[in-house]
Amino acid sequence: MKQLMLGNEAIARGAYEAGVRVSSAYPGTPSTEINENVANYPEIYCEWAPNEKVAVEVALGAAVAGARSMACMKHVGLNVAADPFYTATYTGVNGGMVVIVADDPGMHSSQNEQDTRMHAKASHAPCLDPSDSQECKDFMKLALDISEEYDTPVILRVTTRIAHARTVVELGERQERELRPYTRNIKKYVSMPGNMIGRHLYVEDREKRLAEAANTMSINRIEWGDRKVGVITSGAAYNYVKEAMPNVSVLKLGMAYPLPRKLIEEFANGVEELYIIEDMEPFYEETIKSWGIKCSGKDKTGVQGELFARKIAAKFAGEEEAGPMNTQGIPVRPPVLCPGCPHRGLYYILGKLKLTVCSDIGCYTLGALAPLNGVDTCVCMGASIGMAHGMEKARGKEQAKKTVAVLGDSTFCHSGITGLLNMMYNSSVGTVIIADNSITGMTGHQQNPSTGFDIHGNVAPQLNLEKLCESMGIKHVVVVDPYDLKKFEAVLREETARDELSVIISRRPCALIVKQPGIPFDSDPAKCKNCGMCMKIGCPAIRKTETGVKVDPTQCVGCGLCATVCPFGALNAKGE
Amino acid sequence: MTNNIVIVGVGGQGTLLASKILGYIALENGYDVRVSEVHGMSQRGGSVVTYVRISDKEKLYSAIVEQEQADVVLAFESLEALRALPYLKKGGTMIVNTQELLPMPVIIGAAEYPADCLERVREKCSVIELDATEIAHRCGTYKAANVVLIGVLAKKLPFSYDQWMKAIEANVKPKFIDINKEAFKRGYEL
Repeated sequence: MKQLMLGNEAIARGAYEAGVRVSSAYPGTPSTEINENVANYPEIYCEWAPNEKVAVEVALGAAVAGARSMACMKHVGLNVAADPFYTATYTGVNGGMVVIVADDPGMHSSQNEQDTRMHAKASHAPCLDPSDSQECKDFMKLALDISEEYDTPVILRVTTRIAHARTVVELGERQERELRPYTRNIKKYVSMPGNMIGRHLYVEDREKRLAEAANTMSINRIEWGDRKVGVITSGAAYNYVKEAMPNVSVLKLGMAYPLPRKLIEEFANGVEELYIIEDMEPFYEETIKSWGIKCSGKDKTGVQGELFARKIAAKFAGEEEAGPMNTQGIPVRPPVLCPGCPHRGLYYILGKLKLTVCSDIGCYTLGALAPLNGVDTCVCMGASIGMAHGMEKARGKEQAKKTVAVLGDSTFCHSGITGLLNMMYNSSVGTVIIADNSITGMTGHQQNPSTGFDIHGNVAPQLNLEKLCESMGIKHVVVVDPYDLKKFEAVLREETARDELSVIISRRPCALIVKQPGIPFDSDPAKCKNCGMCMKIGCPAIRKTETGVKVDPTQCVGCGLCATVCPFGALNAKGE
Repeated sequence: MTNNIVIVGVGGQGTLLASKILGYIALENGYDVRVSEVHGMSQRGGSVVTYVRISDKEKLYSAIVEQEQADVVLAFESLEALRALPYLKKGGTMIVNTQELLPMPVIIGAAEYPADCLERVREKCSVIELDATEIAHRCGTYKAANVVLIGVLAKKLPFSYDQWMKAIEANVKPKFIDINKEAFKRGYEL
């Protein structure tokens, strides 16, 4: 049966068909839908982990215990998981283990454009790089086979345009896999120096064997065409090369690491001019050049952004380049906090008090944009707390009283807890705000340890954030509704002024997961003085006109925050 | 023949359902199809672009429609129609929902919403304009504007009315099927 599937759905399907038994992940665009789809297969145990490090450790434990396993994450998630991963390539596995990592060239939803192939090389893990959803499914199965045959975790790397493209997939049946026997093997699984010296030698030999095998793997294939030009490519770039230069010879690499040297040499010898066309870093190009093979690529395209067919045709085939999209007189439309978003109240008050805000990764990063303009820093999951603490230690207590760390419930569980422990342990007087909207919002509403539900939506043990903070020895833990602006402001003033560490839990559920009042607000033209106070909250449903503000009933969810800030009582729920 | 369709709108308007229905009907009828979507951050009220490529013969590779390659642009909002104009090839058609949603820079007075949005579009291509949001509202919910627009687009594609009905049934939650069928019909009969 054929079905149109997202690359991410197809990876989940591949895992199902290949007999995977355990899957653990932390959501992150563009990888989130992999585990969401795995959760639809009851044959696979599937969970959200608090972060990617835990997810990889869970997958490794399952693999060592004899099951086929997987962990999924976005590219920066592998940084968090790098610690277990870099040693898992030494210990090896038992059942097959695949770590799926989704890169984001062009930074559609990410903070950087790091290239996971570099991690593969540095950790000595084989890395597969599919070009469409069918390959996502097929490569997932192949990755598990390679993992078992070569006793190593394997990276399946996708990019945004593969993960979020729907292409046609031929479905197969699930092949159940018996658990492989587990026996204690200290020399392999206990990473003490004496043991790992032997394993490192194994890794070195394994990598040589894999590189040799890569020469004859069917996923690395030459498509001979016109021999004047040859292109080595992989992943999404392969598709664009086929559209831009349909007649040239192509070496399509299905395995990005290790590279098939003999095959590449054969291809290079068969063409007059050799181009390497790859998204992101000159990963293939540098290695191929180091073998003394003449080629070019990144000198023409640079490393930033995505490669598309027209760009490739212009840079490598002399065709006319598409100019930049005409944006003259067209205002940009950046993402915004949704109508009814609880973070709006929080950032309104932070802005009012002119605090330095070390923020974090999540919907609330959008508080950085006008008119809220409420963020000083945002770097990585959990960095808000560490950076606020660093500011305090660099500039003293007075700085701490003007600074807050802001991070969401899911981000706090992911990487905030250790940072807070550090503040407590090292006598911080700072203030941490946990923006608890009871969900992992930005990635599309996934459960986490603080929500009380598991990946299937079943009731699960719920982390009590207040008690956790108190148990660290933090004396001032306050819960407040960010839509109660008066109280929120008073609490914030009090806690930042204090000579001790405080945690404010700004608690109100995401407007998209709880039913909103639904009755749109309306502005009374007799009362509206057009003062602009309600415009400061940055609600996309409110617009200013010459005769006063107007509320768009198709966007307003009836949260009423605008009415709270209106000094003249001009904004009311319709019919009131 | 390959049909390149670009769907543009504002995050939250339901562009993903539109591309899902299109992809479904193309596959059901034996076409090759590739769809490229946007998930994540820009979904939060930002500009969103989805590409749909449908081919009856040749194998498709790229899931992306680039400048001057689109046969049809389906715009869920007027300003986004203007922004997407460069995608259209010569002789291409723009289908526009005339709803105006103000982007935040306009709301706070840092930029102006161009008053001549649709005029600028009309100068460059043939345009089908409709207030899909209002039409959908009359069917029972603003949210079905996406399916009203699909109804308009349907006449440019080689699939029968019944096939479209089947595609809606397969991609819409059961309790919203009737509203969406009605929304489709209103767009189709326009």
